[in-house]
Amino acid sequence: MKVLATDREGGRHELSFEEGDTLMEVLTSEDLGIRAECGGCCACATCHVYVASPWLERLPAQSEDEEAMLDTAFEVARGSRLSCQISMTAELDGMAVTVAPDWD
Amino acid sequence: MTEQRIVTDVVVIGAGPVGLFAIFELGLLGLKTHLIDILDKPGGQCAELYPEKPIYDIPGLPVVTGGELVERLLTQAKPFDPVFHLGHMAEKMDKLDDGKWLLTTDQGLELEAPVIVIAAGGGSFVPKKPPIPGIDAYEGSAVFYAVRKMETFRGRHLLIAGGGDSALDWTINLQPVAASVTLVHRRPEFRAAPDSVEKMHALAEAGKIKFKVAQIAGLEGESDRLTGVRLKSPEAGEWTEPCDTLLPFYGLTMKLGPIADFGLDLHENLIPVDTEKFETSVPRIFAIGDINSYPGKLKLILSGFHEAALMAHQAFHYVHPDKKLRFQYTTSSSELQQRLKVA
Repeated sequence: MKVLATDREGGRHELSFEEGDTLMEVLTSEDLGIRAECGGCCACATCHVYVASPWLERLPAQSEDEEAMLDTAFEVARGSRLSCQISMTAELDGMAVTVAPDWD
Repeated sequence: MTEQRIVTDVVVIGAGPVGLFAIFELGLLGLKTHLIDILDKPGGQCAELYPEKPIYDIPGLPVVTGGELVERLLTQAKPFDPVFHLGHMAEKMDKLDDGKWLLTTDQGLELEAPVIVIAAGGGSFVPKKPPIPGIDAYEGSAVFYAVRKMETFRGRHLLIAGGGDSALDWTINLQPVAASVTLVHRRPEFRAAPDSVEKMHALAEAGKIKFKVAQIAGLEGESDRLTGVRLKSPEAGEWTEPCDTLLPFYGLTMKLGPIADFGLDLHENLIPVDTEKFETSVPRIFAIGDINSYPGKLKLILSGFHEAALMAHQAFHYVHPDKKLRFQYTTSSSELQQRLKVA
């Protein structure tokens, strides 16, 4: 199963995943410039991505924690998610995501 | 500004879990430790990022929160009377003629020691800088990431951005001082003390501040003079909010900082070390915990604990070149038990 990721420079990456991986783990298997500073415990917002439709609608709703953590991200938009909070399933095969801008 | 120079056995940069355990391992060998940390409290990421989150992979502690782990490590280190210099960033490292190191902090504090241990994790916690084009030009004149003196902002037209306690506290505290205050946050909800949220809404209702649900789109001004901030929201589109000062409060991020200029070999912002002593490319400078790299490295707290123990044994030889180090156990050695203040 695959995720199609676009990095900040517009480069395309096809990354394979297994059920149960978090999206952050999948995205950091290559260097896409995602820092994931806190290691995936929803405490830093440095794994911020935009998830495209129709995959966005297939995701479970954001937790309050994730929504609050997005307050410390920039350019939050429709589709904004913290990738460490997304658990991959077969339904998400082919998912398209774009890496959000990073902090200086 | 410079206080009297502190002379000690070991200076540890970073008071996270691994830095705290280093106090213990060094202390068992009779070595005295001073620690510096940029945060205003010990604990590093455990205290700053996830004090409430449970950790499950600390040996012997099936579950412990970040905050509890820090408390326990502080208790364990207590017999060795560590000295903490909090709110200090390691800025400069100079080699002295006798082979010792002189570490200077950004506050002008000087620490002299034969051994320096870098336990800086992901680096220093510093305010996140929003990736707004041209923001650099305004830093220090119109854009500030922290409030050092409230007087700086007297009579200014402030735009404060963010949804946490810092944004709300400074909105409330600077309102009487500033000429005007506009608070900007991406949504109506805040992750802050409910009391502050209430106070902010009361000020907005009284017309003393403005609160806008929006995100920053850009800056307007000339050279280092800010005249307004472009805001945007899905509902209201894009507009300019006039102001002369922007205070972005988007939390903290980690940066290697001045350590990058210490003259150590670096590999992808990590410090390569050997796996016998965890010493860097420069003798007497060690790196332990998340900041180091070696073949097979796992960024786990428990790896840092192991690294601290091996580092301490080599550090002993640098501090006491003429003394022999006997390997001892805390269960049986009366010397260790005296140092632990249990015998």
